[in-house]
Amino acid sequence: MAGLAAVVTPASAELNIDISQGTVQPLPIAIPDFVGGGDTAQLGRDIAGVVSADLKRSGLFATLDPASFIDRAINPNALPNFQNWRVINAQALVTGAITRAPDGRLQADFRLWDVFAGQQLTGQQFFTTPENWRRVAHIIADAIYERLTGEKGYFDTRIVFVDESGPKSARVKRLAIMDQDGANVRYLTKGQDLVLTPRFSPTTQEITYMSFGNSDPRVYLLNIETGQREVVGNFPNMTFSPRFSPDGQRVVMSLEQGGNANIYAMDLRSRATTRLTDAAAIDTSPSYSPDGARIVFESDRGGNQQLYVMSAGGGPAQRISFGQGRYSTPVWSPRGDLIAFTKQMGGRFAIGVMRPDGSGERILTEGYHNEGPTWAPNGRVIMFFRETGGQTGGPQLWSVDLTGRNELRIPTPSFGSDPAWSPLLN
Amino acid sequence: MTSIASKSSLSRAAIAFGLALLAAACAKSPSELDSSLAGSANAGIGAASPGSAQDFVVNVGDRVFYETDSSSLTADGRSTLDRQAQWLSLYPRYTVTLEGHADERGTREYNLALGARRAKAAYDYLVSRGVSPQRVKTISFGKERPVALCNEDSCWAQNRRAVTVLNNAGS
Repeated sequence: MAGLAAVVTPASAELNIDISQGTVQPLPIAIPDFVGGGDTAQLGRDIAGVVSADLKRSGLFATLDPASFIDRAINPNALPNFQNWRVINAQALVTGAITRAPDGRLQADFRLWDVFAGQQLTGQQFFTTPENWRRVAHIIADAIYERLTGEKGYFDTRIVFVDESGPKSARVKRLAIMDQDGANVRYLTKGQDLVLTPRFSPTTQEITYMSFGNSDPRVYLLNIETGQREVVGNFPNMTFSPRFSPDGQRVVMSLEQGGNANIYAMDLRSRATTRLTDAAAIDTSPSYSPDGARIVFESDRGGNQQLYVMSAGGGPAQRISFGQGRYSTPVWSPRGDLIAFTKQMGGRFAIGVMRPDGSGERILTEGYHNEGPTWAPNGRVIMFFRETGGQTGGPQLWSVDLTGRNELRIPTPSFGSDPAWSPLLN
Repeated sequence: MTSIASKSSLSRAAIAFGLALLAAACAKSPSELDSSLAGSANAGIGAASPGSAQDFVVNVGDRVFYETDSSSLTADGRSTLDRQAQWLSLYPRYTVTLEGHADERGTREYNLALGARRAKAAYDYLVSRGVSPQRVKTISFGKERPVALCNEDSCWAQNRRAVTVLNNAGS
């Protein structure tokens, strides 16, 4: 959508954020309103506001109060007066302009400056339709994040989740999709059928999820642009807990058979199904490694829920979780270096990570009920749902850094559960 | 023989009714989802004519309960299923769906499988007591349909259940 042209090559400046360390001092950054004229003046303010909110919520940036700014709304094509930013202790400065191109599209220009070196770090120009202004803001925030951290951002992404309304005993659950910051909520189902565990395709505009309809509960595919829906596979019993392979060509899921659950993969082109586990146990929550070679899943074959890793083609599985408690809902990081999970211990539910060989377990958040982690595409942030108990309790979406810091609630219109983070859209 | 059976049913009716009251008090919202029980809640206790859905729910007992993370039938569960099998042999016009449920203190995917395992345990027992497998379907709702909503084990215990729902109760 947003055609982009990098207009300036980055200079060799030293300003950066090292996010490989456990604690990060947020980088002070000034983001004055983008310059606009006429009908783009408000958009200039709104876009700067979304860029600022994205960066602030990452926990890596301290966005400075605009009231402290000496200069306002700076033309990005002019050299800033760096001294006026140094005195308010800004280390980075973002300037931008929104103009209307002759064909009616918006033109967005921005530049990122190193205030103390007095140098430009990056600058880009985008053209887009006016309705896409929030995406332009997210793309700019991603560019700033990437330039200053050396890692891809995650702001131009979406979340698919389950919107929950009505009394706890008769919850109405609808599939919903929104931007990662909670904006632009759109409902994908109407609530007649109970729907659970939606997951994004890494390659297409599709999600896979589980739905109760008139017959047995089944795994479905849904095209989020056309609304077209189909059952995945032709299985005799309940199928559940689906997830795509990294190439988007397969769906892996559980099939219930006689009180046991085993893991199957279906090739979406050939429709061929392969049985991957064969245990008198509950094998579920399969998740591929990003190279597609292995699958992590949970099984109670050893007595209670623990994590196992096997080849993507099935065969012997290695148990990787050995701590106290029960481990479930494993999800492989997009970077491949970690597996996130839910852990139950002492009547409480935590979200944690461990390496794929089971070493290095760390709990990121813990409490009455935290469940169902999903990774930001850069593998730095995990979203999950947190449930409060009792008659009026319900789930809400939260995120936490890989460091265990920066817990944030993700706004949703009602209760929300089962989040899944999309790949980067741009 | 008939009179003995009906006498013992009376005391069970009192127990079943008491349990329903307890659930309603805990939930503070008697929005029981299982349609057969909702029907019985509206009907008076004396309205359970033999062979009716109310008769099944009130006098036989439509549900069995499980320990945490277990699908093993308890002694109470087995005797409830014994009565269900006997009742179903008297009223062969019914088919049933066994709905397996879990409490909220587990993860979603596992609870779907656990509910299925509980339904299967009840299914196996009914079949072992002579109910034709063709008359029994199973489905799991995992933790998605609690009936008791308080935040303690007295409620969670009521949610760890398999409910035998009569399919053609209206006909």
